[in-house]
Amino acid sequence: MNNMNKWKAPLAILLSTNLLFGCAQSEENASAEKESKGQPAQAEPADDKLDGVTAEYRKYALAEIEAFVTSTEEFTNAVKSGDIEKAKATYAPARMHYERAEPIAEVFGDLDPKIDAREGDVPEKEWTGYHRIEQGLWVENTTKGYEKYAEQLMKDVHLLRAKVETVEVTPELLITGAVDLLNEVSTSKVTGEEDRYSHTDLYDFAANVQGAEKIYELLKPALMEKDEALSEDIRKRFDDVYSLLNQHKKGDAYKIYTELTKPEVKQLSQSIDALAEPLSQIGIVTGAS
Amino acid sequence: MENKTQSNMEESTLLSKKVSRRNILKTAGAGSVGMLIGATGIGGLLSLSDTKITKGETMKDKIPFYGKHQAGIATEAQHHIYFASLNLTVDNRKELIQLFRDWTEASAAMTEGKAVGDHAGNPFLPPKDTGEAAGLAASNLTITFGVGPGLFEKDGNDRFGLRNKKPKELKELPKFPLDSLEEKWSGGDICIQACADDLQVAFHAVRNLVRIARGKAVMHWTQSGFQRTKQADTKKETPRNLFGFKDGTVNPNTNNGKEMDQQVWVQSGDGPGWLAGGTYMVVRRIQMFIEVWDRTALREQENTFGRHRDSGAPIGQKNEFDSPDYNKKDANGQLAIPIDSHMRLANGDGSQQILRRAYSYADGMDPETGSFDAGLLFICFQRNPEKQFIPMQHRLAKMDKLNEYTVHKGSAIFACLPGTKKGGYIGETLF
Ligand code: HEM
Repeated sequence: MNNMNKWKAPLAILLSTNLLFGCAQSEENASAEKESKGQPAQAEPADDKLDGVTAEYRKYALAEIEAFVTSTEEFTNAVKSGDIEKAKATYAPARMHYERAEPIAEVFGDLDPKIDAREGDVPEKEWTGYHRIEQGLWVENTTKGYEKYAEQLMKDVHLLRAKVETVEVTPELLITGAVDLLNEVSTSKVTGEEDRYSHTDLYDFAANVQGAEKIYELLKPALMEKDEALSEDIRKRFDDVYSLLNQHKKGDAYKIYTELTKPEVKQLSQSIDALAEPLSQIGIVTGAS
Repeated sequence: MENKTQSNMEESTLLSKKVSRRNILKTAGAGSVGMLIGATGIGGLLSLSDTKITKGETMKDKIPFYGKHQAGIATEAQHHIYFASLNLTVDNRKELIQLFRDWTEASAAMTEGKAVGDHAGNPFLPPKDTGEAAGLAASNLTITFGVGPGLFEKDGNDRFGLRNKKPKELKELPKFPLDSLEEKWSGGDICIQACADDLQVAFHAVRNLVRIARGKAVMHWTQSGFQRTKQADTKKETPRNLFGFKDGTVNPNTNNGKEMDQQVWVQSGDGPGWLAGGTYMVVRRIQMFIEVWDRTALREQENTFGRHRDSGAPIGQKNEFDSPDYNKKDANGQLAIPIDSHMRLANGDGSQQILRRAYSYADGMDPETGSFDAGLLFICFQRNPEKQFIPMQHRLAKMDKLNEYTVHKGSAIFACLPGTKKGGYIGETLF
């Protein structure tokens, strides 16, 4: 969860889509636009493929949100029943589903802050969601008094699940989303600000990267047609990031963020930059090249 | 040397040893052929032939990237510098070569005032060029690349198969007394020195080169620096450093090819052939305690350097370019230019010279002390650091009066690659 500008991101995606396609988000209009620019030949086959890709991605994101509902149930039940150990243990893994599907989840500018705002992102009175409970669990070391937040969180997550059905996944949303996921990492995960009480930032970090990787994998066939070397470069950079992340695992669990040294954090940050730069080129699959 | 006016601008002055290049240029008159040759340096002459110059205007504010030597060394110092030291993260030769090729192409474009990459914008892609220099003049931008010891061998690894090409002179500088070096200002596998008469243009250059290198190299440290601008310098004087003294008076004459070959350019036969036409660059980030300096009496300040503050003349002389008299005694029988003055110690017996091309820096406030973090990004070029910078710095570190007011916080050494021709790439002689 990014801070202020985070809430604006979805709007920006929609806006730019509208601007580019003259207020229509459909594929037809998109290719019509390109045709008028005289590039129909390369554009169309790729766009056909992209139809399948967006449908695939929709499936993936829905499944993640589905899993998020289940894991949030587990988490909020633990909070409500006063099982602090279980609440702590399920906190980070539950969030990963949300972080993976962030390009879609964050489209709902009203729900995202309710679920994922950090202290100070919203007025204190309106502060609810995961991080509110995180503070109770790790700073106050209690679940007492947080039952109501657990209750509310569950409601909001159910609402999210219902709303997500309505999202239209466009190629642009994917293309922007992949890099946005990594930008999330660069601006808030790397700094350790996301999970500032539990220091479980590496879970969110890994989930954002996995979410971006999924988009890359889906676009890969189209990408391979346009630029094989770019695709291979991106694959290699993902591997680099994972190999660094794996160094910070103890068994199945990630280390807490405060255990990392400054050079280790810098290295992670730079590996994300190294990945995001070539990944920001995947827009070439949209035709013009 | 008293040649401060146009009328003294004669051939003899051009070849004279102690006059600074700057002074030659300022009297040569902008836009004239003299200016062009001066601005491009000796190596630039080669490329002049394949650069279209119809009238003087065309080349104004542009310094050719291609040439026998890299620009930014013998070419006149611009107003600003943005310096970056990078560490390589590539692990193979092929990618390294590609990086140098990409850098060369982008640098050649930027020094001509052009954007990186083509403009044909796909709205779904981030623009190739970062854009902040769009519409700006080339501003005499030069981009100079150097390679550090780590390129040849890192932690005992011959990572690019270049170990046997490492010159023996290219090794970490020895520790000098009083050094207070910090890792965050020291070393690096590659350096990029971007100088321009506009800081935004210089920053744009480094930013785009670092972006091109993403995934192949990471920044290790950077430093920006400045000198007075030509607009501010209405009298066309030698720039002053943050202690208020003219800095850069005594320097090899960059217009004298023979002198440059003797003092600055590595010659074939000096070491590995790949560096012929290149030079060794020493960078020191030297913090200056300006608060302390500001409460130092003028006499003391002048004794520290061995020069007068206002005129820049050696103590006991009238004009900046007058020769110092190192034997002269004052009324008390003491040496007029003190034994521990910076100039005397730097000069030594006059046998070692370096080409200094330094910039001041101001990096805001030191949060721990509340004083300025300001000083000198000292940069010098030489043919052989072991015979030039190192003995000089040993003398200075031992007893320079200036040490009371300065501390060396950063240090790096690089071999600045020879220049290249259109179609070639910087670093090609290495592979
Ligand atoms: C903050 C640090 C320094 C300051 C403020 C400084 C300033 C000056 C000034 C004002 C002069 C006299 C004017 C001139 O000839 O340019 C000078 C001369 C010189 N400095 Fe420095 N300097 C610094 C560090 C160094 C270092 C580290 C070296 C090399 C090891 C060096 C080498 C020289 C040389 C070679 C000269 C000319 C000596 C001669 O007259 O033959 N300086 N410096």
